Amino acid sequence: MLAALFFVLATFAITTKVEGSRQGKDRVATSVVWVCFILALVPLLSLAWVTITKGIKVIDGYFLTHSMSGLLDTDEGGGIYHALLGTLEQVGIATLIAAPVGLLTAVYLVEYGRGRLAKTVTFFVDVMTGIPSIVAGLFILATWNLMLGFGPSGFAGALALAILMMPVVVRSTEEMLKLVPNELREASLALGVPKWRTILKVVLPTAIGGITTGVMLAVARITGETAPVLLLVFGTKLINPNPFEGAQSSLPLYVYEQYVVGTEASIDRAWGAALVLIAFVMILNLVARGIARWKAPSTGR
Amino acid sequence: MAKRIDISGLSAYYGNHKAIDDISMTVEPRSVTAFIGPSGCGKSTFLRTLNRMHEVTPGGRVEGKVLLDDENLYAKDVDPVAVRRTVGMVFQRPNPFPTMSIFDNVAAGLRLNGSYKKSRLTEVVEKSLRGANLWNEVKDRLNKPGSGLSGGQQQRLCIARAIAVEPQVLLMDEPCSALDPISTLAIEDLIGELKERFTIVIVTHNMQQAARVSDRTAFFNLAAIGQPGKLIEIDDTERIFSNPSVQATEDYISGRFG
Ligand SMILES: Nc1ncnc2c1ncn2[C@@H]1O[C@H](COP(=O)(O)OP(=O)(O)O)[C@@H](O)[C@H]1O
Ligand SMILES: [Mg+2]
Repeated sequence: MLAALFFVLATFAITTKVEGSRQGKDRVATSVVWVCFILALVPLLSLAWVTITKGIKVIDGYFLTHSMSGLLDTDEGGGIYHALLGTLEQVGIATLIAAPVGLLTAVYLVEYGRGRLAKTVTFFVDVMTGIPSIVAGLFILATWNLMLGFGPSGFAGALALAILMMPVVVRSTEEMLKLVPNELREASLALGVPKWRTILKVVLPTAIGGITTGVMLAVARITGETAPVLLLVFGTKLINPNPFEGAQSSLPLYVYEQYVVGTEASIDRAWGAALVLIAFVMILNLVARGIARWKAPSTGR
Repeated sequence: MAKRIDISGLSAYYGNHKAIDDISMTVEPRSVTAFIGPSGCGKSTFLRTLNRMHEVTPGGRVEGKVLLDDENLYAKDVDPVAVRRTVGMVFQRPNPFPTMSIFDNVAAGLRLNGSYKKSRLTEVVEKSLRGANLWNEVKDRLNKPGSGLSGGQQQRLCIARAIAVEPQVLLMDEPCSALDPISTLAIEDLIGELKERFTIVIVTHNMQQAARVSDRTAFFNLAAIGQPGKLIEIDDTERIFSNPSVQATEDYISGRFG
């Protein structure tokens, strides 16, 4: 910090002397931007570095394909297969619910929405964006589990995750649909194409790259959610492939559980699971970028 | 093909704002009618009432009658979607669908209306591209994106797309204003050919263009900014440009305002 401050001041002093005050200020602005950039990068890189160095030593084929079944949390060995499976299933179900609903809501808001109803929907989407994940979890717990009497399951967790995901999908899809030039809609309508077909065949294909990216980023966002999973999915050491019945585990929950145990072996496992989680999110991000580039409407020659 | 348009007592609104006021005129089949007038006098608005595109704009509302060979486009039981298949439109800026190839752009009107037979599509696409004087330039790259063409080619692609659904009338809103002189000339030649088959209405800011391509010319004007636009006169193009019956027309044409 001090070194950075010193560096900026020194640049200013020297440049002002050598090149005059306008260049001096220019140099300072440039240095400040660079210093801020590096400061922002430091926590990011060190986080990645710590996770990778600590996580990599436990990750192997065994770790990825075995559960904690039959082991005490204090034992060595074991793996994250049950948690990985749980995460994939819960996030998958949440996406299957949230993506279509979010997409259709956004289509309604951008293409049809006028007047009171649209304003109300927009308002509720805004409110939903701010819902803390634990509240979404409690809501599902109160309705699905306590009122309707279902036990903990991956599906209950997925419902809470879907609540968290939906507003993100609506928002990003809305932005992408608004980017589609009105001229394209008019060109299609002027050919005598009904509005719903215009949306389906012209508007959505034009925006599909951005929409998919938005959904992927929303998926990445909910993959790390711990609180609702803790409440609703409950956690287990065993492999439970059925998301509709019985407790499951999930990666963030696993990280938490293992860290709480506090032995060397369990903390190593926590880092290993954390690394898998980060890698998963990273891959989703890259895939999203790839899709955005691949599907971007080609312009120019 | 090609129908007469009879417009009577037509006014159009954006919400409470009246954009054009009480326009009546007749557009002859198989001819080119040009709309001229200063910006904001409602030429585009009027043009868009002729294929019911005006009501697509939020708050857009129309009063009056538009008869297409005696059939009122604004009758209660008329489907605006069907009207737009009969009255095609070309816009100011070329707007090919960016996700579609050249072939798919031209086939879009048919495909989006549910006609999928490949042989028929191929036939229509070639015919339309030939009709738009674009076939020779693109026949080797029909599967390339339409956005890869030059501006003038893109505009002719849009014309091909519009005539592929075989409309009776073709509306063009300043189709050359975004194009260079050479492309403009190509489009003007094309308009000359298309009027054999279609009734054409073209909005233009370019007096020479109106004089070159049109048979009839309509001059619109507005009393003041914020006032609705009105039809001042419509007559044979030659007469409008040599000896108009209204002083304002002559002032506008000779460049004294607008
Ligand atoms: N989408 C719109 N919403 C509200 N007012 C509009 C809209 N489009 C045009 N207008 C108004 O209608 C009038 C006529 O515009 P327009 O038909 O575009 O004129 P022109 O094509 O002759 O330049 C103008 O006063 C303009 O401000
Ligand atoms: Mg205009």
